[in-house]
Amino acid sequence: MEPKKITPPLTDEQMMELKAGDTLLINGVIYSARDAAHKKLIELMEEGKPLPLDLNGQIIYYVGPTPAKPGQPIGSAGPTTSGRMDAYTPQMLAHGMKACIGKGSRSAAVKEALQKYKGVYLAATGGAGALLAQAIKKVEMVAYEELGPEAIQAMEVEDFPVTVINDVYGNDLYEQGVEKYAKR
Amino acid sequence: MKELEARQISDKVAEACERSNIYLGDDVAKALRTSYEQEESPTGKEALDQLIKNEQIARESGIPICQDTGFAVFFVEWGQDVVLKGGTLEEAINEGVRKGYKEGYLRKSIVKDPLRRENTGDNTPAVIYTDMVPGDEVVIHFAAKGGGSENMSTVKMLKPADGVEGLVNFVVNHVKEAGPNPCPPIVVGVGVGGTFDKVAVQAKKALLRPLGQPNSDPFYADLEKRMLKEINELGIGPQGFGGRTTAMAVHIEPYPSHIASMAAAVNINCHASRHYEIRL
Repeated sequence: MEPKKITPPLTDEQMMELKAGDTLLINGVIYSARDAAHKKLIELMEEGKPLPLDLNGQIIYYVGPTPAKPGQPIGSAGPTTSGRMDAYTPQMLAHGMKACIGKGSRSAAVKEALQKYKGVYLAATGGAGALLAQAIKKVEMVAYEELGPEAIQAMEVEDFPVTVINDVYGNDLYEQGVEKYAKR
Repeated sequence: MKELEARQISDKVAEACERSNIYLGDDVAKALRTSYEQEESPTGKEALDQLIKNEQIARESGIPICQDTGFAVFFVEWGQDVVLKGGTLEEAINEGVRKGYKEGYLRKSIVKDPLRRENTGDNTPAVIYTDMVPGDEVVIHFAAKGGGSENMSTVKMLKPADGVEGLVNFVVNHVKEAGPNPCPPIVVGVGVGGTFDKVAVQAKKALLRPLGQPNSDPFYADLEKRMLKEINELGIGPQGFGGRTTAMAVHIEPYPSHIASMAAAVNINCHASRHYEIRL
């Protein structure tokens, strides 16, 4: 099946068209954030303070890249394990985030929140850091530069390849895949 | 008596850090291609295709295979007839790590303290195991160990009565539980025997063996084959998308055991199984 192309900001209607197992190519701007940046964002939300970025309709990429070599926009930039962000994801969705990219399974609370707020969880190929870096054309610092590889950066991407793991209907590709291929 | 300068060690270590993070070993590249040919799941096949392309891009562009360039782990076999000049072995290795991770534009992933979490800024200190061996040769095995797969590792004190079946179930169930998290297709390192601490080191050592090289003891070689078959029947598949290739290899490293114990450990490596050998 041909991959679908999507560009943020994303809408509820667009999310409802996606199903677990779909392959997508993302174009436009996505934002990096890992554990430390999430912690800071959630603190701001709880204090009712403004965030350093507008999350509405946006895609967050769980990535901590290697340093860029001179002349390159970014170093190796594959996804990190998403489970570490489980505690923060429902609040991120409540604040308008529409999709997040990582690798590995999510908690029941995250899957419920995805259904409630009409969001999707996407996986990029874990360990394909060099291949994924090629789809990132430009990088700009947004916040928390002091966090180094954990800073929030705006990443301009072209045909960034991802697979839908959890959709708005409660489907989970990790469960469906195992069901289909398990022999024991 | 042979003399080695600490600088010689540092230079080789720096080279090992840089090269192994950019050039995936031939053994792993070959295993990925074999997995691609055998995979039945279309999404699994697509993931393997991306990993094969990723390895080529890394090699051609000098960008690390994976952004997690790892904890630097070393197993040193130090020939007893070799004298080290100009510093300690630990300093020499850490200096090499510092140099390699800086000059190779590798990620600095180590924090000074596990609870206070301030980055050391140079990926040191390394984890170093040293064995004294006969002769005048120094062999250093290096692994850049990723955090995602390391987090999916475990130790359990099995009972001697659990036997072969108990060990197989422990390993296979653990891989099942880890599911998509350690970036399959994985390499599974199994330690069995020894003490609580020793068995974990054995499991890590198992990951350093080149893929496609079975245990030299036919009993364990058969057990490796059986575990690999059972793991690949789990259906987790590449990246956990479902499929036939969950693991590319299972390596077991046994150690003599106490009469009351049967310690077992599983240490998982992702498909970017980065290992490198230095001989001096």
